[in-house]
Amino acid sequence: MTSDNAKEKAKALVLPVAVLLAFEAWARATHLQSDSLAPPSEIAMALAGAFADFSILAATRDTLFATFAGLAIGTVIGLALGIAFGISDTLNRLMEVTVEAIRPIPSIALLPIALIALGFGYRMEIVIVAFACVWPILILSRAAVRSIEPRLMEVARALRLPPAQRVWKIIIPAALPRIFVAFRLSAGIALIVAVTVEIAINPLGLGAGIMLAQQALRPDLMLAYLVWIGIIGYLLNIGLVVAQHRLFGRAALSGDSA
Amino acid sequence: MAIAAKRREPDVSGHSNPQIAFAEVTLELGGKTIIENLSLGVRPGEFLCIVGASGCGKTTALRLAAGLYQPTSGKVNFDGQPMLHPRREIAIVFQDYGKALLPWRTAAGNVSLALEAGGMPAAERPARIEELLRTVGLPGHAGKYPAEMSGGMQQRLQIARCLAQEPKTLLMDEPFGALDAMTRQGLQDEVLALVAASGATVIFVTHDLDEAIYLGDRVIGLLPHPGRIGIELAVNLPRPRDQLSTREQPEFLRLRRQLFDFIKATEQ
Repeated sequence: MTSDNAKEKAKALVLPVAVLLAFEAWARATHLQSDSLAPPSEIAMALAGAFADFSILAATRDTLFATFAGLAIGTVIGLALGIAFGISDTLNRLMEVTVEAIRPIPSIALLPIALIALGFGYRMEIVIVAFACVWPILILSRAAVRSIEPRLMEVARALRLPPAQRVWKIIIPAALPRIFVAFRLSAGIALIVAVTVEIAINPLGLGAGIMLAQQALRPDLMLAYLVWIGIIGYLLNIGLVVAQHRLFGRAALSGDSA
Repeated sequence: MAIAAKRREPDVSGHSNPQIAFAEVTLELGGKTIIENLSLGVRPGEFLCIVGASGCGKTTALRLAAGLYQPTSGKVNFDGQPMLHPRREIAIVFQDYGKALLPWRTAAGNVSLALEAGGMPAAERPARIEELLRTVGLPGHAGKYPAEMSGGMQQRLQIARCLAQEPKTLLMDEPFGALDAMTRQGLQDEVLALVAASGATVIFVTHDLDEAIYLGDRVIGLLPHPGRIGIELAVNLPRPRDQLSTREQPEFLRLRRQLFDFIKATEQ
């Protein structure tokens, strides 16, 4: 069973490895000279070099700090609003137009305003990441709260649980598996937005690293950054899927292909 | 399960104040009249069973008694006070125990919820939880999650949580409807013993006519569309009741016949 599984995984690797080898062979055969492409071997060397001088590690630290800080703030705000809107139909109706008016604004469009208000640096980036994370958390946690088994709410009423305990002891635990899916979604968005802000304007982190490599006409280093960002995104999702599995078991993952 | 105290005799004189009183209660939901002009008094310590064809409003009547619904007109009183919301003295045992228990809490945690709601200090809870789980026949299952328990055990757990409220009134909505016959008979006797020990008033909704007669001091049959009282039978069978001998008594059979005839008539 396990060996079958491993075999399947090995099979899935065949195609990408073949493509990489073919690309490498082609680049060598044609003596590739390009500002945008580099053979895989050179990308790997550039990545190793960036690790050796710690530049990519410092950039990773900066990007992840902004990503997680923004994700944390966005999650807290989105969750508080989502739960409140999920519980109170009145509040939800009052706020619906406002939410639907603000939500479609691409978070990156806030960049000019955030830049004037907060300047370059972490704060501006964190605010934009948080803004992007609020919406999926809000929408999905609102839906999660609304879909709580009505019987549980009746039990809470029959026991005369005070409102704070109702939220803490019934609503949040009942909605948590679905809220965690929203959190996973937002974590991916947070990384994308953080790197985008860095590429667009903020002189720190992995996005700025890509831009620097591009301006230095180092396609190998630029692509090394790209590969590394992909690896981080992949690891982030794997980590969260494992956490989800541990916390909520198989049931929480059903109907949700990671 | 030991019967700790003799059952308090229900006051049949009819002069005492009812614990739960419906006065000309009408309930409309979504433009439909579910219950019409229902008047009903339940004496303290009485075991009242409500039967009727499906859709006759028996569960709705129970929810009115619980304060989960407010009547469109008329009044529901508890101990002379209007029922404006659910009360801690009234516990509800739902039929769908699987939905009424918190799946993320253990058996002990589920019982604890009622104690937490009642403001019992954390230090006093474990002893009380153990006592309650023992009372419903679940000693040694404190650490299990509802999903790890059988249907009968889950329903016992829900009953334990209700008992943790120390209710004056126990409202039971087809509590054994989803259980197999043997488990059901066992739980019937356990509920009778628990109620005898606590002296609680019970309103018990069921579609099982034998169960209603076996358990009740009085059985009310509802007529459907809209729900109203169609028959009222006093059950003068001696207590404690016995699954075999009680069900063989001529009085039991007579009531059973009467009730079956009534239900058959309503279905035509």
